[in-house]
Amino acid sequence: MGAQKKRAAAAAAAARVSEDPDDLARQPLQAILLADSFTTKFRPITLERPKVLLPLVNVPMINYTLAWLEAAGVAEVFVFCCAHSKQVIDYLENSEWFSQPNFTVKTIESHNIISAGDALRLIYEQNVIHGDFVLISGDTVSNMSLTQALQEHKERKKKDNNAVMTMIIKKSKPSPITRQSRLGTDELFMAIDPNTKQLLYYEDKADHSKGTICLDKMLLAENPSISLHNDKQDCYIDICSPEVLSLFTDNFDYQHLRRHFVKGLLLDDIMGYKIFTHEIHSSYAARIDNYRSYDIVSKDIIQRWTYPYVPDVKFCGNRATKLERRGICFTAFNSEIEQSRSAQVGSFTVIGYGTKIGSNSKISDSVIGEGCTIGSNVLIEGSYIWDNVIIEDGCELRHVIVCDGVIMKAGAVLKPGVVLSFKVVIGERFVVPAYSKVSLLQQPTVHDSDEELEYADNSSGTVEFSSIQGTADQSNGEMTSESSEAHKPKLGTGGVGYIWSICEGGQEEEWRHSVAPIPEDKLTELSEAMDDDQELVTQDRTALSTSGELISDSNASEGDDNEDSKDDSVYFEKEVEATFLRAVEENVKVDHVILEVNSLRLSYNMTSADCAGAVFYSMMKLAIKTPHSSASELQQNTANIITTWQKLLKSYLLEIDEEIEIILKFEEMCLESAKEFSPLFARILHILYDKDILQEDAILRWADEKEGADESDKVFVRQSEKFIQWLREASEEED
Amino acid sequence: MNTDDSSWWPMGDGVLCNAASQTYPSCNTFTHALSFFNKIEGSQATARQTAELLRSVISQQRVPYTNQAGALIDAVKAIGEQLIAANPVELAVGNIVRRVLHIIREEDLSLTTAAIGGLNLSAVSDDENDDDRDGDSTLSAAAVAAAARSTLRPPSLQTLLEDTPVSAAVPQTSSSGGDSEGKSKSADKSSRSRKLKHDVIEAVNELIQDIVTCHEQIAEQAVEHIHQNEVILTLGSSRTVLEFLFAAKEKKRSFRVFVAEGAPRYQGHLLAKELVARGLQTTLITDSAVFAMISRVNMVIVGAHAVMANGGVIAPVGMNLVALAAQKHAVPFVVLAGSHKLCPLYPHNPEVLLNELRSPSELLDFGEFSDCMDFGSGSGSPLLHVVNPAFDYVPPKLVSLFITDAGGHNPSYMYRLIADYYSADDLVVQRRATAGN
Repeated sequence: MGAQKKRAAAAAAAARVSEDPDDLARQPLQAILLADSFTTKFRPITLERPKVLLPLVNVPMINYTLAWLEAAGVAEVFVFCCAHSKQVIDYLENSEWFSQPNFTVKTIESHNIISAGDALRLIYEQNVIHGDFVLISGDTVSNMSLTQALQEHKERKKKDNNAVMTMIIKKSKPSPITRQSRLGTDELFMAIDPNTKQLLYYEDKADHSKGTICLDKMLLAENPSISLHNDKQDCYIDICSPEVLSLFTDNFDYQHLRRHFVKGLLLDDIMGYKIFTHEIHSSYAARIDNYRSYDIVSKDIIQRWTYPYVPDVKFCGNRATKLERRGICFTAFNSEIEQSRSAQVGSFTVIGYGTKIGSNSKISDSVIGEGCTIGSNVLIEGSYIWDNVIIEDGCELRHVIVCDGVIMKAGAVLKPGVVLSFKVVIGERFVVPAYSKVSLLQQPTVHDSDEELEYADNSSGTVEFSSIQGTADQSNGEMTSESSEAHKPKLGTGGVGYIWSICEGGQEEEWRHSVAPIPEDKLTELSEAMDDDQELVTQDRTALSTSGELISDSNASEGDDNEDSKDDSVYFEKEVEATFLRAVEENVKVDHVILEVNSLRLSYNMTSADCAGAVFYSMMKLAIKTPHSSASELQQNTANIITTWQKLLKSYLLEIDEEIEIILKFEEMCLESAKEFSPLFARILHILYDKDILQEDAILRWADEKEGADESDKVFVRQSEKFIQWLREASEEED
Repeated sequence: MNTDDSSWWPMGDGVLCNAASQTYPSCNTFTHALSFFNKIEGSQATARQTAELLRSVISQQRVPYTNQAGALIDAVKAIGEQLIAANPVELAVGNIVRRVLHIIREEDLSLTTAAIGGLNLSAVSDDENDDDRDGDSTLSAAAVAAAARSTLRPPSLQTLLEDTPVSAAVPQTSSSGGDSEGKSKSADKSSRSRKLKHDVIEAVNELIQDIVTCHEQIAEQAVEHIHQNEVILTLGSSRTVLEFLFAAKEKKRSFRVFVAEGAPRYQGHLLAKELVARGLQTTLITDSAVFAMISRVNMVIVGAHAVMANGGVIAPVGMNLVALAAQKHAVPFVVLAGSHKLCPLYPHNPEVLLNELRSPSELLDFGEFSDCMDFGSGSGSPLLHVVNPAFDYVPPKLVSLFITDAGGHNPSYMYRLIADYYSADDLVVQRRATAGN
């Protein structure tokens, strides 16, 4: 019933769209920008400020996305705000985005939305999207040109109304280390049709322990060629047709864009909706998903991969900065900073307006915001320091994030991976341990570990805390006094704030997503894991090459899915057996059985030799299962079955190879699964010969092949020596 | 060498229009025009767009009764400052702003000299009036106020000269008899203000025309420089060079062209394609092969991004190597530049943004090298740095000849040419404007 409803709704949507296609082409491009990631990865910072307003190289993230949308030719953007919606709306209203010509920014606000799916459903209800639109999250940095992708999308749409989405992907190194160290994401597997670029499979949570992934066999059966990629990166930029919104409405259980929507569409073949991919090469696109990608994208911006969205080019309200040469590399400087002569500012550093740097301080690979005061003998390395931070003399900061208004008293040390949220005060000479997160707000208690929590917890948490946030200043005093009972502010003398306890995955998982570089030991662990994987693959390959007949027809699928085909042959055999048994029980006509087995053969991509082997195997299995008291009775049963089903078997015995396959199969059975047959081997061979299932050539060739084999292999040849002898003589006589 | 392609990206012009509309409400109508900056390619198109924009600024600017030139200059400066800030690398924008300022000053000056000519006449009549005024003892209050107002005006040369007849004319209106003369004076004034604006717009139109036709004007000189059976070398791609070579080809000169491909953007490939399409014998070489080939070359002809006041050239990266190779083999190094590329600034001027660092993705593929540039592992600082500057600076001593739409010039003559096009007061558009704000 669900399917029917869906179909009706989709038809309605299609009708609405196809009313006049010309009008559609002229429609200005729209975009939906989700100003909420519906995750909690940036906590505790996101308890006080929405993620899209966090500064990325001194410019709030959302500006990168909006600037790109504007340059890409989008005419109207709907910014969907949920958590801290007021802050986002206030920011946008005071920014210049609201007063652009040819570029309208509208906000949609809602507080009880807990997932991207809900957001899209709400937008659908508002009925503001009229044509194709770009779906993007407010934390995406890109400089790609949309023209080509958009054109491809529209052309596909014209030909096939079911092509609802074009996903932008980018090539990345297929090594888990690089993936981990770059964007902190898991390995992503995609199966793409190399000709049409259709996305057939998407898996971002592959099970590493198994070292395998499972493809639906129908994929291989239905598509002439598939390339399976582990070297693609999802840019989280999608060009969608309006049907996407109605799809979200129809499937109210879709929450996550990738996990539910994309996978749902790929699995659901009732509607036949298709997702396509567009690969970008030289342009940049990345999404900031966690602290590590925040670090990496910042570095990419400073290294100018995102050109023209770089600090020294004005693209949105950022102040003019100048590049200065440091050694061979460049540092972006603001014209009005006070820097002591003895301070050393290294390469790849951006320093904001009005910042003061004391003597003998060393700064490298860092971003420093506006109006900061940095004392003397301070060491800052690979860190992100936001606005109006006061760092007193002798502090050390390595690979940390320090939010607005933080005060670090003299001699405080931040170990790698530390995150200091807004207005935290670190006491004198206090050492904050690695990967800890410090906030003025207490850690929200986790109620239950339901899967849904990720969303639910976020919304309730943020609403609750946003109210506190406004009064955080006054309540500072109270909060510390409160905390002294429960948590005790462990931030040294004069310190203010709570150290959050590391949750769930614990220390083990923290390194994955922090701004600090991956520790050496974890790196070696990762690379070892990778080596293991490779060994596994090579083992599989060698195993396969011995049973050579399994090589599949499609070149594109190469080694990656060979692992599956080994399993496939086992499944295939079982299926054939089941089919055969059912046929025997229900007295199905032989022709029908042939048809069924043929369809199985196609779907598993097997040769007729495989079929012959499998059919013969099932016949023998049946024989052995039929109750019998003596060997002769078994022989009789076998003879009966062979007589009844010889037509079935013969339809697969097109050539001599298949007959040999049967003998080999029989031999194998006698040795392993059905040892009862072993004394009867020669006799049954004779029966097969009598029934014209096996020709003498096949038997003789089998005997010849076995000539050079080990003694153990020759058992059955010996047993049937007389028979073979007789055959040889018979053929000579004929000559 | 892609000089005509250096401003391919928005450079935050959205910001610019917005800022403009905040400062000058009347600019709202220009925002549309300004947003075109997103799509402009090439310094010629940028220059033209800038000139057209400034023309509309001038035509919409409400000119006060007096000191019209000052008002126009202020308006142009305010917009010009934003234009320059929006795209500091494209020097053509600043050049055109300064050219327009110069035009306003020139027109004003010529009108003033004309007015002085007329003043002599009116001064004669004033002398006659003086007796009347002395006789008329009772000055009306209005007349006093008007006289006071006129003294509050900023004392420009022009207003100083004008003041006498005005104050003389005011009492006349109160008195009998002088009515007709006073009216004719004010009518004359309004026509004068209209005349200045009109003249300026005319001159800006001429400037736009010059920019539009600069390629043809440069190309006209081609036959004088390219001779039969010569071998010409160029780097990258420039529209000016393309037209220049075509013009010579059309005049039945037969010659060969070596095109250096112009890494990393390889615009030379496109140039070679176009040359071949027009039937020119073309050889494509790598940039690094320039030195090896230069001994066979009769002349190097290249385009420029900008020509500085000292005769130095800002040109696409790799040009300095070509110039040095040409000098080594005593091959003439000829630079083609439309007059909108003449920049009145010196390259050592701190306001000049000499270079632009572009994305490393033009050099190498991001995915391939991501492990070499990894901040996330190891020491936290990558060992591989990629730097991709867009421009080179070629010092004037390496340049043999500049060919502009005004003819061929020696590098040492550039300052003279610049003095013709720009007035010294406008060299620092930005600084003065910021001080004003």
